[in-house]
Amino acid sequence: MRRAAIACLWSHWARHPLQLLTLLAGLALATGLWSAVQAINAEARSSYAEASAQLGTGQFDELRAASGPIPLARYVALRRAGWQLAAVLEGRMPLPGGSVEVMGVDLLAYPALPAVEETSDINGITPADALLAPGLLIARPETARRLRAQVGLPPVTRSQNLPAGVVLTDIGTAEILLNRSAEVSRLLILPDQPAGLAPLADLAPDLMVVPAEGRSELARLTDSFHLNLTAFGLLSFTVGLFIVHGMVGLSFEQRRGMIRTLRALGLPLRDLTWLMLGELLLFALIGGTVGLALGYVVAAALLPDVAATLRGLYGAPVDGDLALQPSWVALGLMMAVAGVFAASAQALWRLSRVPILQVQGQYAWSAQGMPVLAQAGIGALMIGAGFLALAVFDGLVAGFVMLGGLLMGAALLLPPLLTLALRIGSGFSRGPLGAWVWADMRAQLPGLSLALMALLLALAANIGVGTMVSSFRLTFTGWLDQRLASELYVTARDDAQGTEIARWLHSRADAVLPIRSTEVQISDQTVFLYGIVDHPTYRDNWPLIAATPQVWDMVAEGRGALINEQMARRMDLWPGDTVTLLPGWSLPVVGVYSDYGNPTGQAMTALPALLQRVPDLPNTRFGIRVDPAEAGDLRSELADTFALPPQALVPQAAIKASSLAIFEKTFVVTGALNVLTLGVAGFAILTSLLTLWAHRLPQLAPVWALGVRRDTLARLEVLRSVALAVMTAILALPLGLVLAWALLAIINVEAFGWRLPMHLFPLQWLILLLLAVVTAGLAALLPARRMHHLPPSDLLQVFANAR
Amino acid sequence: MRVRVLIFLLMLPLGAAAQGFAGLGTDADGFAVPERGQALAFPRDHGAHPAYRIEWWYVTATLTGADGRDYGIQWTLFRSALAPYELDGWQSPQLWMGHAALTTPDRHFVAERLARGGIGQAGVSADPFEAWIDDWRMAGPGFNMLDLQARGAEFAYDLSLTAQGPLVQHGDRGYSVKSQDGQASYYYSQPNFAVTGTLTLPTGPVALTGNAWLDREWSSQPLSADQNGWDWFSLSFDDGTRLMAFRLRGGRGDFTSGTWIGADGSATPLPDGLIEVVPLDLTGVAGREVPTRWRLTLPDKALSVEIEALNPQAWMATSFPYWEGPVRVTGSHDGKGYLEMTGYD
Amino acid sequence: MLLNVETVSKTYPGGRPVLDRVSLRLEHGETVALTGESGSGKSTLLNLVGALDQFDSGEITVAGTALSGLDERGRAALRRGSLAVVFQQFNLIPSLSVEQNLAFHARLSGQSDAAWLSHLTDRLGLSALLARFPEQLSGGQQQRVAIGRALAVRPALLLADEPTGNLDEVASAAVLDLMLGLVAETGCGLLLVTHSDAIAARLDRRAHLSGGQLA
Repeated sequence: MRRAAIACLWSHWARHPLQLLTLLAGLALATGLWSAVQAINAEARSSYAEASAQLGTGQFDELRAASGPIPLARYVALRRAGWQLAAVLEGRMPLPGGSVEVMGVDLLAYPALPAVEETSDINGITPADALLAPGLLIARPETARRLRAQVGLPPVTRSQNLPAGVVLTDIGTAEILLNRSAEVSRLLILPDQPAGLAPLADLAPDLMVVPAEGRSELARLTDSFHLNLTAFGLLSFTVGLFIVHGMVGLSFEQRRGMIRTLRALGLPLRDLTWLMLGELLLFALIGGTVGLALGYVVAAALLPDVAATLRGLYGAPVDGDLALQPSWVALGLMMAVAGVFAASAQALWRLSRVPILQVQGQYAWSAQGMPVLAQAGIGALMIGAGFLALAVFDGLVAGFVMLGGLLMGAALLLPPLLTLALRIGSGFSRGPLGAWVWADMRAQLPGLSLALMALLLALAANIGVGTMVSSFRLTFTGWLDQRLASELYVTARDDAQGTEIARWLHSRADAVLPIRSTEVQISDQTVFLYGIVDHPTYRDNWPLIAATPQVWDMVAEGRGALINEQMARRMDLWPGDTVTLLPGWSLPVVGVYSDYGNPTGQAMTALPALLQRVPDLPNTRFGIRVDPAEAGDLRSELADTFALPPQALVPQAAIKASSLAIFEKTFVVTGALNVLTLGVAGFAILTSLLTLWAHRLPQLAPVWALGVRRDTLARLEVLRSVALAVMTAILALPLGLVLAWALLAIINVEAFGWRLPMHLFPLQWLILLLLAVVTAGLAALLPARRMHHLPPSDLLQVFANAR
Repeated sequence: MRVRVLIFLLMLPLGAAAQGFAGLGTDADGFAVPERGQALAFPRDHGAHPAYRIEWWYVTATLTGADGRDYGIQWTLFRSALAPYELDGWQSPQLWMGHAALTTPDRHFVAERLARGGIGQAGVSADPFEAWIDDWRMAGPGFNMLDLQARGAEFAYDLSLTAQGPLVQHGDRGYSVKSQDGQASYYYSQPNFAVTGTLTLPTGPVALTGNAWLDREWSSQPLSADQNGWDWFSLSFDDGTRLMAFRLRGGRGDFTSGTWIGADGSATPLPDGLIEVVPLDLTGVAGREVPTRWRLTLPDKALSVEIEALNPQAWMATSFPYWEGPVRVTGSHDGKGYLEMTGYD
Repeated sequence: MLLNVETVSKTYPGGRPVLDRVSLRLEHGETVALTGESGSGKSTLLNLVGALDQFDSGEITVAGTALSGLDERGRAALRRGSLAVVFQQFNLIPSLSVEQNLAFHARLSGQSDAAWLSHLTDRLGLSALLARFPEQLSGGQQQRVAIGRALAVRPALLLADEPTGNLDEVASAAVLDLMLGLVAETGCGLLLVTHSDAIAARLDRRAHLSGGQLA
């Protein structure tokens, strides 16, 4: 019985291979885009986890100073009080082609370091090699190559067990490389402590215990970024499911007669349901597998850019190679299966209600069953619920809930709105053919509405994301001009050389602006506290987005602090509030400045005031104001006089270029996903038109019989499709702008910590409109071509079959 | 996990020739070598000798608690040099390792500490005497009056040691030969400290009294290439006499040596072959068989005793593992002592 | 007795009774025409007998099986075995070829008989059409396939609901001839719903439904 029934169900697909292909393709596209994003996220997350495991970070509580490093003597004192700690000294070491993170650990005390153990096994490194001068550097092969290209560095050993861009070494080697003796950056609190220790709070009240869980700043920062990607992946997934939903619905509807006959011939409903579930599961697995392969390819293509973004923006150690992870495969297939069943739920439910007898109307497969007004009502309700979520809850998730409500609600509103538009349009029609075309479009609408919804979403996402990216670029370029006012930036080897350079420059430059900062902990977050001198460079250029009167006087006198937008939003500090910069040192916030591209908080106040509290502030970096025409000469003179390596002297233009490059990379991914989504939507229209085709003939044949030529009918087919697409695109514009607003004002603020002004780009919209027209036109072309070449006998058949 | 790091640090210098124990069998390139006839000088030699590869300050004590039970403690500070000099800060090539143990008839607690010289986390100063690593220390105004402290996750002790006799120099005025090939070390002891103090167990503090023995030894190559372990005894007899004896096990047969210490502290070196030790019973400890009952005979002194571990499971599960624990002595002489065994794999 | 309908009543929700205590008997090999005006309940009675629908009271026994005791599974099994239906709309499976459609019911019942099937194909004049699909056949041809599909399972009772209602006069006569001939050949019972007196006259007996009751 089963075999006969299965053969029968299968015969439908054998007779309609295009339908099957479309169903599988929709599913593959949905799964593909979704799993591409998931693969990228998983790769990045596993990189973080691996880095954490490789370096032993994130597993232990740590001791940190409220500001700056911990004196070595403090470490020894705590050790001699019995506390089992491991000292770490870290810092960035400039190298041509980008600096690297040097992580110096006390090899005798530090917990598991797979890189060391593995390396020692392979190369037979002796402790003397690692612990005695010149020491030993361990790094990933890529990083190792760059290190080896440098003269004067210790020998380098390669190890895969390290994150990209990190150089692991003994703390004794690190203090020489970083030129920082008698201090450590942080202390790991080891798990096994002796009994009866005096509490750390008594022994070291000035040091803070930072719990292992609370310290995952990288995860916190990058989570937003990943959520962003995930949202785009889900959007693509949803658009893909529209296709699946349409195809499954159509296939069920087309098989309604078959289903009834099968039951009349004695196939129990339960068996039939199981068979159809099995069929769907099979499709889900096939489509899902193809989708996974697709996703892998897409992810592998996008990952290098994402990795570059994550490294550039967050310093997150992600490299560009994609590894296939079993959990990813499982999750992708699960999503495919869940998606198929979600998209088929309605059809399956109807199947269980199909009576054996009763003959139904011919045209029931579309999303009907829900009256137009009810659909409009639900759509409006979803939009309202989205905004309500935003009003009630905070955070990125609320932002996305709002976006989800907005998009789904707008999609549901689309058919009612189009119906309205068509009704209005038909009022303007002249002649009988025009009236027929309008009426026919309305009749077609239910069958096309899902595809048009997909197009609406894709267009809106494109407008929204395009607006965001372009606004970003415009704002960011302007901001860079303000913020990077100095013509030349120089980094000295040490404080002594810094002082020397400053003295040397005194007579040669218009101004020398020291860039001196220390790391402080404010509200459990690392903030970089800068001391600045009073200079018009700041007064004229600094991009303040909120300020009190006399803001610069207050800062110059050390009576107020400026903080960056990220910190202001995260800690909810605004002009008028007070911020505690160091234990016992609080200042009123007098201004907030925009600080794009920086994931961490920043604060600044007068240099003398800061030096009073933190006397040993490093003095190695300067911004140099000079006539731009002389900047080049000054640079080479500086390099010669102080034997500075090229990377220690960076002209303004180079920084701007590299900053812009990072941002371009950031949006490569969203851009790519955008284009793909639009492609999926176009595909959805094509499939809808193709499936409508079977129903089209009985509608077209009478018109043909009344004397309208086939090529006219074909042209009208394309015209109708394009007209619907244009109407959808026009409706997508306001939606896209709301989306852009949400991205700029809500999502960005949550994800990156800054809010951008919105700029409008009508030319982009025009291009998108054209793209929609082309998409819809191309999608309609295939059915139209069929129409054009349809033998008259087929059209006659319509009459022959009608009893 | 640090264990593996330490193995990385201590075992690898051996390279392919991984014979000998804990790096003692290697050549002494660049390191000073003990010489016969070089007189020891105090208090200077209580301090560290960075020019030698390896050195230790080794205290064992057999104790009786106010609860009437027997206890043993060990306090050891090892120095291992990667290069024969000292530098300040993290640049120092001197590595330090502390072992502390507390043995009861049914429990054995062990703790280990590692440190680098140069930053002040561990070290030894001769005068006033102080040897320390982290919060473990052995210090006193001089070598005759010492406070001894250490603690681990489950135990702690704080003892006062008062010398009851003179220092004893082993071998030829402190030059102690360790093999037929002539490898040697500098070796002296204070075998007779009276001890009072407290130890803290998971069950609470215990006051106790007893006897402690301190060994000092440094060298750069004390073992021959074929020697792979030793059995070392420090015994205090009820009549006031004492015996230090060791057997180095090697491919070419055993090498035995020792010192007989009279009740007055006078030392008689016992050259190779005079002492005979025979294992009587093996105990399964940490996955290997270790002799925990011995017969020791020294015909010259009409000595024939049986030595039995207070707790056969006194295994030191440290970076390089070994057996070390208190023993009871019966036979021609009764007494107490400590036994150390290495190289049973 | 092949079919025993015993005081069966049926009312659709919110309507007047369609059938009111109807009783009908049909012996093995007997052919009965069920006539009546539109809405008289004849199709309803046929669907009840065909285990396609459920009655409110009374009892229907088909080849010894009482329908009231059957669940959906049991009714389906009955439709696969003892019963076969020929519908007015043919109800062929559009994605299966003529050959596959002919064999389909038998395969579903698990009782394929190749010789019998080929005999049926010959008798119904379908041999040349086996590779075609239903949409490529005329109405008369489609109904002949439907008859072949029904008889391929050698049902004890064949039910036909206006089998020629969708056919022109010539096709109608040909199809009816074929069906009655084959029914006689297989010896199965036939309950045929029709509004045509001419057709009814060709069967053994006529039962006339009027106002929900058998006249």
